[in-house]
Amino acid sequence: MTALLDFDFMRRALVAAALVGLIAPLIGVFLVQRRLALLGDGMGHVALTGVGLAFLLGTAPIPTAMATAVAGAFLIEFIRYRSRTAGDVALALLFYGGIAGGVMLASLAPGRASSSLNAYLFGSLSTVAEADLLALGVLCLVVVAVVAVLGREMFSVSLDPDLAAVQGIRVRAMSTLMAVLAAVVVVVGMRVVGLLLVSAIMIVPVAAAQQVTRSFRGTAILAIVIGLAASLAGLVGSFYVEVPPGPTIVLVALAGFAVMAMLAVPIRRRRREPA
Amino acid sequence: MTNIGEVLRLERLCVEYDGDHVLEDVDLTITAGEFVAVLGPNGSGKTTMVRAALGLQQFDHGRVFLFGTPLQRFREWRRVALVPQRLPGASSIPVSVWESVLSGLISPRRRWRPFSREEKAAATQALHDVGLWDRRHDRLDALSGGQQRRALVARALAPSPDLLVMDEPTAGVDAEHVARLTDVLSGLSARGTTIIVITHELTGIAHLVTRAIVLDPLARTSVAFDGPPPLPSSITDGVHHHDGPDEHAPSAIGLEP
Repeated sequence: MTALLDFDFMRRALVAAALVGLIAPLIGVFLVQRRLALLGDGMGHVALTGVGLAFLLGTAPIPTAMATAVAGAFLIEFIRYRSRTAGDVALALLFYGGIAGGVMLASLAPGRASSSLNAYLFGSLSTVAEADLLALGVLCLVVVAVVAVLGREMFSVSLDPDLAAVQGIRVRAMSTLMAVLAAVVVVVGMRVVGLLLVSAIMIVPVAAAQQVTRSFRGTAILAIVIGLAASLAGLVGSFYVEVPPGPTIVLVALAGFAVMAMLAVPIRRRRREPA
Repeated sequence: MTNIGEVLRLERLCVEYDGDHVLEDVDLTITAGEFVAVLGPNGSGKTTMVRAALGLQQFDHGRVFLFGTPLQRFREWRRVALVPQRLPGASSIPVSVWESVLSGLISPRRRWRPFSREEKAAATQALHDVGLWDRRHDRLDALSGGQQRRALVARALAPSPDLLVMDEPTAGVDAEHVARLTDVLSGLSARGTTIIVITHELTGIAHLVTRAIVLDPLARTSVAFDGPPPLPSSITDGVHHHDGPDEHAPSAIGLEP
């Protein structure tokens, strides 16, 4: 572990992984509640177009991917509300358009842009630059602050949009906000976990936690613990096994899901027993 | 013209779905303290009318006023509570009974402030009222259908609304808890809360109803009857003859002459 911390790139990657592990399940818990588990995937694909665009224009990938993903968030909410297109079809349109746009733009970019696309698809230990960490930290703070202030309204909208509307909550605004937050998480996670798998860190820890919890709050807290543990353990594992961090992190999270699923049966049995 | 004590006013309300008239020229005013039962056969527009009144359903013509304010400008949502038939989001992530009741107190007007001691006490009282205090830590989706409905009633009771709208609050609830709910509604009604119940079965709460609104999908205007019970025989006999016998006819629910 000491050897691992001797490397600057590894220290930066660990901080970035911790940030992803913290905020991804925090937003994922709302997405799962709204049955929009694949929304993060859609955002990841759209962000890929942003990365391709950054290669083509020679701009910084994080702000370009952020702008594209946020635009995608508004677009998907617009499609869901204004057209007769179902939510899953709207997501499918984003999937296809995002990945096709990303690969196309990267191919048109000068140099070896399309080969470096792999690092953004599956994550890389060496792509987190010093300047990136500050941007990622600020984005995480924004996400946590928004959830701290608006989390109860987001919960209400996730539980039942009609009831939320009767409480005076602006349901469409909250819904769009949640999509934008998912877009932010995707961009924060794209360096370490990769755009194709970052959504898994939003969803898998939540799916694992809800096997054993009885409340929304409990699920959110346990999912963050699992997400944090999976991100850090997966990153360390990928360093030693010399594989991309994204798949390793996701496989560790899936192992966490399996453990929780096995624990669920005795825990539920114990709860049913009279005290 | 706003009446003193006016809670809900619908003026010539019309709702269409794909060209079909679901609600036609609904005119009515509900005042403070009334206990209104909205009745009618399936498809008569009961839920549509109430959803339109609360801004959950777009309408094609007409106007809606809540507490004398046009719906578009109404902001005092703390005065209104809705009991839906079920919570769609409660079956994905575990939501505890306590969380679902507290969610009735969420308001965009005070985002920073945590729930006060008084608000938690109101939620506690609401859970006692519906007999679910002992189940407060359980997952909402682990409760039976009737228990979930009682939890939704508690959620609506917690903010002490001036207007309580309930969609089938007693469906699937056992007789003992219908009686308990009746006591709660009776107390609310006595304190001046306006209660609107969309229902197919008034068993147990029929004696609380001060006004019945019967909707008829085939009449020129949707409201076939609006007045205090009992319903005239022309209504109980006539409304449901369009599509044969209906077990949900008003004549089957305790408001017949």
